[in-house]
Amino acid sequence: MVEFEHLLGIFVKSVFVENMALAFFLGMCTFIAISKKISTAFGLGVAVVVVLAITVPVNNLIYTYLLKDGALAWAGLPDVDLSFLGFLSYIGVIAAIVQILEMFLDRFVPVLYNALGVFLPLITVNCAIMGASLWMVERDYDFAESTVFGLGAGVGWALAITALAGVREKLKYSDVPEGLRGLGLTFISVGLISLCFMSFGGIDI
Amino acid sequence: MQKEVLVDPIFNNNPIALQVLGICSALAVTVSMSTTLVMAAAVTFVTAMSNAAVSVVRNRVPSSIRIIVQMTIIASLVIVVDQVLQAVAYDISKSLSVFVGLIITNCIVMGRAEAFAMQNGPWLSFLDGIGNGLGYSAMLIAVALVREPLGAGTLLGFEILPKVTAGGWYPTNGLMLLAPSAFFIIGLFIWAIRSWKPDQVEEAEYEISPNAHYREAM
Repeated sequence: MVEFEHLLGIFVKSVFVENMALAFFLGMCTFIAISKKISTAFGLGVAVVVVLAITVPVNNLIYTYLLKDGALAWAGLPDVDLSFLGFLSYIGVIAAIVQILEMFLDRFVPVLYNALGVFLPLITVNCAIMGASLWMVERDYDFAESTVFGLGAGVGWALAITALAGVREKLKYSDVPEGLRGLGLTFISVGLISLCFMSFGGIDI
Repeated sequence: MQKEVLVDPIFNNNPIALQVLGICSALAVTVSMSTTLVMAAAVTFVTAMSNAAVSVVRNRVPSSIRIIVQMTIIASLVIVVDQVLQAVAYDISKSLSVFVGLIITNCIVMGRAEAFAMQNGPWLSFLDGIGNGLGYSAMLIAVALVREPLGAGTLLGFEILPKVTAGGWYPTNGLMLLAPSAFFIIGLFIWAIRSWKPDQVEEAEYEISPNAHYREAM
């Protein structure tokens, strides 16, 4: 029961308190570029949730059983520390999983595949995906924790981009100073949303 | 041509303010000036070297696997940067934490490799990398120049504005150290740049008709 509460705590924290996009600025490029319409933003959000929930635990396994200091003990190499290869392997895993997911969806769930469309390949270079894996290593999560963290981080990111798209859909009808039009105003609205999310800061389970 | 490639990205075609690239890490490291400078140097180095390397191999790589090749080159360069940082400046490397690794997915690096280095020679690509790195650095340093003094009263660790808590007159503005301020500051910078260079202003999606009568507006 304690274990469950701990995992729930990680989930809530990664969705609201330490929101990938709004507190750590991850995945910003896509976040700003693809938040003009709620429907596309939501589609991208779902794709990010799926990819994060798969890649973070897989990278966790790779880190624990291949790269960590002393992780190769099962292969008779207890002194080998491959953690400097981390970046290369994580990005490789992410690229491979996105590719596999794309082929799998194309073959078995064409409806979802068509809905996600061009967003899936784009996700490979989304910093939120890579960032979540790196946070997982930095914070030393175990397998269960990293699964929950991956899911939570994805849901948080999806929530943030959908919220921003909602704001921007209304904003485009408003009369703003010329220099602020588009990018500038978007940044300031993200700042305000981020300020709102800071009020979740007190949550602690 | 060479000068244009080098200087253009700093103001006219700034990677952050106009191309919307590489914002991910731009905001997180700007809380203090020292991390900002290290990050800026690291990104400039990686962008320049990866541009040059991608440009050298551009005619020998089949286009279907070019992304993977670019990724590998970039990731290797970032590993070099990360190892050097850990050896030389361990404290800063710790405070940058995951953001060094995130240079790999920094869209500036990938974007320039794909958009510029695939079509141009190594030297020109190298200059383009330096230029974009500098454009990124300029924006980061400008943001850090606002955030660190107003947020902590210091610059590069030296006291600029004497804090109230230490007997001075400046009450520190905690908001400047938090995430939202970075968004506000970048937004305002973009506004400033676009007021200065009006050709960067985006087209309005909806034309708002002017008020027919003065009374309607009131």
